[in-house]
Amino acid sequence: MKINGEDKGLIDALGSGDIRTCARIISRIERGDTEVVSLLQALYRAGGRSRVVGVTGPPGAGKSSLVSQLVKVWRKRGLKVAILAVDPSSPFSGGAVLGDRLRMAEHSCDDQVFIRSMASRGQLGGLTKAVGDALTVLDAMPWDIVVVETVGVGQNETDIIRHADVVALVQTPMGGDDIQAAKAGINEIGDIYVVNKGDHPDANRTCRQLRDMISLGQHLNPGDCSWVPPVIKTQSLLGQGADELADQIENRFRNLRENPEMARRRARERVRHRTAEIVRDMLDRRLHSEDGQAVEAMIDSVLVRERDPYALAAGLIAAMT
Amino acid sequence: MLKGKGIKAIVSMIGLDGHTTGGEIVARVLRDAGFEVIYLGATQTPEMILQAAIQEDVDVIGISSHASNYIQIEYLVELLRKNEMSDVPVICGGNIPKHVAKQLKGRGVAEVFPPGSSSADIIGYIVANARGAQRRSA
Repeated sequence: MKINGEDKGLIDALGSGDIRTCARIISRIERGDTEVVSLLQALYRAGGRSRVVGVTGPPGAGKSSLVSQLVKVWRKRGLKVAILAVDPSSPFSGGAVLGDRLRMAEHSCDDQVFIRSMASRGQLGGLTKAVGDALTVLDAMPWDIVVVETVGVGQNETDIIRHADVVALVQTPMGGDDIQAAKAGINEIGDIYVVNKGDHPDANRTCRQLRDMISLGQHLNPGDCSWVPPVIKTQSLLGQGADELADQIENRFRNLRENPEMARRRARERVRHRTAEIVRDMLDRRLHSEDGQAVEAMIDSVLVRERDPYALAAGLIAAMT
Repeated sequence: MLKGKGIKAIVSMIGLDGHTTGGEIVARVLRDAGFEVIYLGATQTPEMILQAAIQEDVDVIGISSHASNYIQIEYLVELLRKNEMSDVPVICGGNIPKHVAKQLKGRGVAEVFPPGSSSADIIGYIVANARGAQRRSA
């Protein structure tokens, strides 16, 4: 693949860790600037080195504060860290108040830490479509760890496993009884389970329920026993448990290195998901493009029931190829 | 289409100003007008706000001031200039006396919104003057 001169300059700037270049490219991605695609393609092909940690969990569980404590531990260990922190967009105005950075204030002036807030912009899986592209950009820079923090999630927003190598699921005590822990969805995706606000009297009970849920899963599906997800109790305001969490994240990365088959399976799933995301985006753009007279005419014909949405969908896909 | 679409703003207090209510209300007003607001909260130094502006690549910075810490606002403007960020306007709101507002504007603050300013005024000003205004209106 041929790389044009402008892209070459940007790639070099990213490689040397230039924050401004990175920040501006992420803005172009968020704006949906299609001219950035050739750069992303070149970066992807040359990339694949970064280690991505996903942090997810319900709103107010302490994800951002916990990430801030983790960053503190990683910085002590000499690692350079980038963070993408996603918060929800309004379904009404499209606006957002992004408040994750606020919890990470102590790292604001550390030039080995990059923090970028992103709005979810209507995506429902806990992330935004721009996250995949932003990760490609960060991958081209000299970060030792990249963290993706999702919006506060409920029971079913599991997109993070399609972007992160290691997922930490942050819960709080008082999350419900053992049947809550047995439910499908978000409970299944943790490589590491964190019970934050560990000073709460019910914290130990929540840890026990999660351990029971995990060990039952291991009994029922004994296929892969090389990794038993640990359950860690933390107090993110005080930093308690952050060292242990950083250790376990490191352990999981080692475990994935030692099990290349599993790592490959996950990586394949990631490519599948990413591709689907791009296709969906291309179709969406076509469907919503303001100059698309043809599309408007097709919508009208569906409206009067001369055609149907299936025919419209087939027409859109045909027009793209 | 909402006015604030595609515009990223920082809303912050500066220095030891702990009066967060005004800033939180403006953040909410901007959110409801379609802006994406990075809310930095209290106890932010000018350097922290500068770094946030660079990393988040914002189009405008709003400082809520209720503690007479005008020198730090001026210092923020100076830092932005030194770091080639003067295309990102700094606007202020809060209980800033008229003569100080005049002085701040003389030293590079883009606009000061005194108590009683309407949401529409603030939104209209940002849409017309934030970085990238020409790109968006094109």
